[in-house]
Amino acid sequence: MDKKIYLDYSATTPMKKEVLDEMLPYFSEKFGNASSIHSFGREAKAALDSSRDKIAKAIGADSKEIFFTGSGSEADNWAIKGVAFANRDKGNHIITSKIEHHAVLHVCQYLEKHGFEVTYLDVDEYGMVDLDQLKESITDKTILITIMFVNNEIGTIQPIKEIADIAKKNNVYFHTDAVQALGNVPINVKDLEVDLMNFSSHKIYGPKGVGGIYIRKGVKIDPFIHGGAQERKRRAGTENIAGIVGFAKATELAVENLDSHIKHVKALRDKLIKGVLDNIDHVRLNGHPEKRHPGNVNFCFEYIEGEALLLSLDMVGIAGSSGSACTSGSLDPSHVLMAIGLPHEIAHGSLRLTIGDFTTEEDIDYVIEQLIKIVDRLRQMSPLYEKVKGGQ
Amino acid sequence: MYSEKVMEHFMNPRNVGEIENADGIGEVGNAKCGDIMKMYLKIEDGVIVDVKFKTFGCGSAIATSSIATEMIKGKTVEEAVKLTNRAVVEALDGLPSQKIHCSVLAEQAVKAALYDYAQKNNITIEGLENYKPSDDIHDHHEH
Repeated sequence: MDKKIYLDYSATTPMKKEVLDEMLPYFSEKFGNASSIHSFGREAKAALDSSRDKIAKAIGADSKEIFFTGSGSEADNWAIKGVAFANRDKGNHIITSKIEHHAVLHVCQYLEKHGFEVTYLDVDEYGMVDLDQLKESITDKTILITIMFVNNEIGTIQPIKEIADIAKKNNVYFHTDAVQALGNVPINVKDLEVDLMNFSSHKIYGPKGVGGIYIRKGVKIDPFIHGGAQERKRRAGTENIAGIVGFAKATELAVENLDSHIKHVKALRDKLIKGVLDNIDHVRLNGHPEKRHPGNVNFCFEYIEGEALLLSLDMVGIAGSSGSACTSGSLDPSHVLMAIGLPHEIAHGSLRLTIGDFTTEEDIDYVIEQLIKIVDRLRQMSPLYEKVKGGQ
Repeated sequence: MYSEKVMEHFMNPRNVGEIENADGIGEVGNAKCGDIMKMYLKIEDGVIVDVKFKTFGCGSAIATSSIATEMIKGKTVEEAVKLTNRAVVEALDGLPSQKIHCSVLAEQAVKAALYDYAQKNNITIEGLENYKPSDDIHDHHEH
């Protein structure tokens, strides 16, 4: 079996050749430390500056508002802890949603142990946050709203502009984790009027180990890593120049090719959704039917379990992911599937397939064909399915 | 993450199905926790002459059910009662620690089916005297 089909682009992406080419000189040849005064250092500094400019331009920010981190998760940590601790004199209340990435949820839980209060907003069956509940939750102690742009599991796109308006009216900072949004939805930070927004390079065909954050000029935020003057004294540590150069190139490509990328993945996504819904019964599509990541497909197949589904797909060369308890390593299925109101037994049968630039139509045909067989095989083994067939 | 043996049993499970008019049927686990095992026994003269299973669950839940049916087929009911989850794990060349509960479930499914057989025939099986159906409650939440 040599067929290999990667449908886990929301987990990570293969790096593009153009990105690699851009990075290569910065490992051995242009290896300088950007803080050094000599020519080697200046060469690295120039690469750092131009990378920052490229990313700023791609999202409509000023270069001074872009900071590099070691990952998207680090940037989430910085945004939330940094704003929380710097604005503690104003209040101790943070508002987030129940479907955030753990890099946000676990930070909020950590802050709760340190005297902060957190409101976790509900979402509807499609994963959309409740804006009325958001408005009602704001108090004079609220200092930060943090709500993700695009959900990593079910792909739901939140009304970021509307949330930003609510935040602004109430004089509260608004942070959005845009790790799954960059390169998949148009982003202009000035139009959206967000205060903080973070990204990850490896989700957009760039290298792993690099993230970034937009911090609007004027936002009061603590430094995150102390010990040096890098990143305007806010995030110390010698910069990962090769990674940053790759991240900048990847961002540039993602924004340049946004329309063609969306068109490509969306067509394949819709083909996959239709193929599955037309050929397999007792399936539900999770997430919003329209307001969703162009490459995200998330199903629950009733009467079977997600890990068994993933292993079976892997045996025929297809790579996906699941929110079942067995794959999350915890007792419960994914918090996102719970938040959209799925019963445990249905959430256990979830499958996420995420499509990217290198996915082809033949891939999707093959996946549909294999899924039909696999779901049928597992259902034949399932005592739950036998009851359904028996009309009980 | 899984041994070759687990994957082999997962991809080619033995004894899948149901037995009509089975002499003993055991069902353990619950859908909420993500695994249910149902075991059917055909018993003649105190010997398990046939066994089938159906399982809703992850790869290791299917593999442990499959190997457990192999391990008790042809055995006397007294021998089958002695099947332990440890023996199931060993027969599969090990299981990841978070999957040990699947082997417990397999042991419990066999015991539940034997208990059902004993109840129907109004007999006691040596080694199953203290078994109560409630014992088969999923142990997930005690971990």
